[in-house]
Formats: sequence, C-alpha cells, structure tokens
Amino acid sequence: MSAARDSQARRALSALRHDPPAVAGAVVLLALVVVGTAGRWLAPAGVNDVDVDQMLHPPSWAHPFGTDELGRDVLSRVLVAARVSLEVGVVSVGIALLVGAGIGLVAGYYRGWVDNVLMRGMDVLFAFPVLLLAVAIVAVLGPGLLTAMIAIGVVYTPIFARVTRAGVLSVREQVFVRAAVSIGASDLRIIRRHVLPNIAAPLIVQTSLSLAFAILSEAALSFLGLGIQPPAPAWGRMLFDGRGFVTEAWWLGFFPGAAIFLTVLAFNLVGDALRDVLDPRQLTLGEASRSTT
Amino acid sequence: MTDRPVLAVEELTVTLGTRSGSARAVAGVDWSVHPGRTLALVGESGSGKTMSVLAATGLAPRTARVTGRVRLLGEELTALDPRRRRQLRGRHVGFVFQDPMTSLNPVLTVGRQVTEACEEHLGMSRRQARDRAVELLELVGIPSAARRVDDHPHQFSGGMRQRVVIAMALACDPALLIADEPTTALDVTTQAQIVELVAGLQRRLGTAVVWITHDLGVVAGVADTVAVMYGGRIVEQGPVDAVFAAPGHPYTRALLAARPRPGGAGDDLPAIPGAPPSPLELPAGCAFWPRCPVRGDARCEHELPPLTPVGPDHRVRSFYRTGEDR
Repeated sequence: MSAARDSQARRALSALRHDPPAVAGAVVLLALVVVGTAGRWLAPAGVNDVDVDQMLHPPSWAHPFGTDELGRDVLSRVLVAARVSLEVGVVSVGIALLVGAGIGLVAGYYRGWVDNVLMRGMDVLFAFPVLLLAVAIVAVLGPGLLTAMIAIGVVYTPIFARVTRAGVLSVREQVFVRAAVSIGASDLRIIRRHVLPNIAAPLIVQTSLSLAFAILSEAALSFLGLGIQPPAPAWGRMLFDGRGFVTEAWWLGFFPGAAIFLTVLAFNLVGDALRDVLDPRQLTLGEASRSTT
Repeated sequence: MTDRPVLAVEELTVTLGTRSGSARAVAGVDWSVHPGRTLALVGESGSGKTMSVLAATGLAPRTARVTGRVRLLGEELTALDPRRRRQLRGRHVGFVFQDPMTSLNPVLTVGRQVTEACEEHLGMSRRQARDRAVELLELVGIPSAARRVDDHPHQFSGGMRQRVVIAMALACDPALLIADEPTTALDVTTQAQIVELVAGLQRRLGTAVVWITHDLGVVAGVADTVAVMYGGRIVEQGPVDAVFAAPGHPYTRALLAARPRPGGAGDDLPAIPGAPPSPLELPAGCAFWPRCPVRGDARCEHELPPLTPVGPDHRVRSFYRTGEDR
C-alpha cells in the first residue's frame, strides 16, 4: 500500500528529480526567476549609463560581457532584460491559457454549434503564421510592451483551446462524468470537479512549452522593433542592435542570443520532462504497479 | 402488491435519431418496482433494457425522443421541468455502472466522490461529508475505511472500486438503486460478493433495485420480478419463480436452455441461431419471429402478439402457450 496521500503532483515531482536534463532546466529557470526579479540590483552598472570612452570594449573583468556602441555594460542590460522576457512570457501565456482553455472547455463540453463557431474561429487564428499574426496585431494596437504581450497571447490562444477541447471531449465521455450527471450535479460543478482536474496535465505541459515560444516571439517582435521600445533593454532588441557590429563586436549579439537560447532550452527541457511524467499512459503504468488488491 | 411503486413506467417509447433513420430502441414498455423489491431487466445487447431505464430517469441522450409516463415516488417526471427532475433523480435514485475502472474520477479521493451527491442535495459540510463517507465505506465492506477514505481510486482493486461505486450510489439514502450490469466487468468470485452485498444492503435499507443484466444466474439470485426484453419490447414478465419454472416465451426458454448447468460439463450449450433485429428495421410482427423455433403461422410475421396473462402477474408476448408442453 502506498502512502495514503499519494497525489499526482507528488509523484510527478519525485519522477522529475531523477531526470538530469529536467533538473538542469529547472535550475536555469530558477536562476532566471531570481535574475528577473532582482536583475536591477544584481547588475554591476545602470542599463542606460552611456560612457563614450568605453565604446565597444570586448569582454573584460570590468565588463564581463563587454560594452555596446554607446559604452553601456552588456551584462547589466542582459540581466535587466530577463525581467522583460519573463514578464512577456508569463503574461502572454497567461492570457492564452485563460482565454484558450475557457474556449476549449465551452466548446468541448457543450459541443454542437457553440463548438463549431468557437473552434472554426480558432482555426482561422491558427491558419496565420505566428509572427505574421503578431505583427498584424501590434500594427493595429501600436508597438509597446503591453501590445506585444496581448499579440503573443492571442497568437497562442488556439493551441490552448485545442488541447483543452481534446481533453474535455475524452473526459466528458467517462463514466464518472455520467455518474456525476446522474446524481444531479450542475454543469459548473462537473467542469470544476471532474473535467478540469483531469485535463490539468496536458495544460501544464502546453504552458511550459508555450512559455519558451512566447519568449522567442517577444525576441522576434522586439528584433523587428515592435516590442519594448529603446532605450529599455530587451534580448531581441539587443540582438537587433548588435547585428550591425557582428564582425567587429560579436559580444553584442552573442550574450543576449545565448540568454534567449538558454531560457528557451530550459523551458523545453522542463516541458518535455513534464510531458513524460504527466502522460496518461505513463500514469496508467504507474497505477498498475501501485494498485493493490 | 398494494404499496406504491418507487418507479413505474407506462408505454415508454424511446426513438433515437441516427444518420440512417430513426431507431426505436424502446417500443412501449411497462414495468414498475416496489420498495424493498428487485426488478431484473434481462435481454441481450441492444434489447433496450438500459435505454428504458436511462429514459425513465431522464438520462437518455439528447438525440432521443422519449414518450410515455414515468412516475418516481408518485411524481410524474415527464411533467417536471429539467431542473426539478434532476434534483429529484439525484436525490432519490442511485446508479451503479458497469465498469468500476472508469466510473470513478482518478484525481479525487474516494471520500470526496462518495459523498458528492450528499453535498449537492443535502447541503452537507465537508466535515459531515467525510464522516458520512467513512460510514458508507464501512457499510459496503471496505476494510479500515477511516484510513482508505483519503485514497485515490487507483489504489483499489476492481471489486473494491465497485464497492466504492455502490457506496456512492447509496450516499443519499436513495429510494431506488439502478444497477446496470454491475458485475459484468468483475471476476466470478467478486461478482458473487457484489451480488451478496447489494442484496444484503437492500434488506437492511429497504431500497428498491432495478438490476439490468444478461446473466440469468444473477437474476435467479437477486430478483423478485423479471422482465425479459427483446427488440425494444418486453416479451415476458412476471415473478421470478414463475418465469423460471414455466417460461412462456420461446425466447425466454431459449435463454434458460443456454445457461451452463453444474454437471453438464463437456456438452455444447444450445445457442439461439441468428442475430437480434436491428432497431432500425424492426419486423412488423413479433420481433423474435425470424429466430423462433415455434413460429406457428403467418400471424407471427405480420401481427404483434399482445402481452397475454398466463399466470398471476405473469404475462407473455406470444400467440402460443409454449410453456404448457413442458
């Protein structure tokens, strides 16, 4: 008999501990959160401290990541920009999760014409290339951090709607949902107690993977000058500014690029590991070995 | 019986709209079940036994058209608005479904699930609900219930899960328990235990039971009355002893003959040739006619035989009194 309060979450966590790439990803994410919240104080110099005597210095003890064309400390800018990336990732994926999961729930639970209208709408959004749609939305709303978040949120909404709807469709045919209907439970209660907890796993996985893509999208948008506006630092924007100096000052593009790379990799590693751990088939195997007679 | 039936259906008809036309899954069925009694609905897959119960309790699929009269505890269900019907059903009817592996929510503890109906209909607090859950789990014979109330469904075996499902069905002290083939997914020893458990609980609590099954062995063990269904209609109904002693319909006789008997090892069991009719194209006359060993004359093909009394409360839908030549 396994422990009485053996929850899915606890099993998932213990399985994650024995997965080195996942641990590495989690460590990077943790560091990122620390940098994101405390970057301003960790940074050795101000992000906009212009020093024309120090223009385009290569990495040194004084400036570990070098300085840019205005003599600003690249390390400080990369550290502070982490906050922007995380904010954009969390807020935009938050929007996509709330709106998408809501649409998917309603579509999958009520079926019929509601389902058709909602999901065809999602299909239309899904048909656009991600960046093209984001650029179009930013063009309508005007460039800036907030509109970038909204644009990215809208772009990732259909994925969440689909994942949610697929989960709802399979859960609502389960006998325990029929049983809940038979005892007279309301739709809201059935959704809250029986449907949502059973589709949490794919949503968690989708969230972690989408965070990576959202951060990439933000980098792309600010690379195109449609995200956060200068002089505020953003990884994508720094990459854009550095592209003119690739031959004489590689460090301008390298460090923000490496930051994007590491962040996206970390989210993907954790997302993949979560997918393995929370996979229903995996769960069934685990259950089979645990169930007692 | 003079007491009021817990659930009574009259002329219940269920028509399902399908892509290839409308299918009459249930074609005018009457049955009732009284407090403390068990009605067994017997028939093969597609005979309409489950559909008639789902329709009676308002759980038929949305595409189904249901006509007829249904009275639950004297209230005419078909006249009620859906909300009130849902409340009435949830409060007074408990369901046990076929597969205990899928009838429990894998992410909730069994304690939370067992008392879901109580929280919904009796306004119980969390604390009360938990105490009630332990009480119910003890009632259905789950060892160390106080500890296991916090376990998740995957930590229980199939038989134990079915006990949990039964506890769930009994949570609000229902007047009626509907058991839809509750033993089919279980092994034989466990089956016997579950049958015994339900019979014992019924004696203790005075619940009426509708037991849907295709297992005549179970029927003999638990039922007071039996209704044999074929092609959406009742072909024979009556007290279980009378039906088993003198089956009047050729289909009932064939079913009884197809039962394995102790001592008969090695012999082939007699099978009924042919397949049940599609609900899309029911014959005009007797639905069993194409497979019937008696098949007297052209009337069987074109005319629906009426349910004819052959004994006290015992009726048979056949032109021929085949029970007499036994």
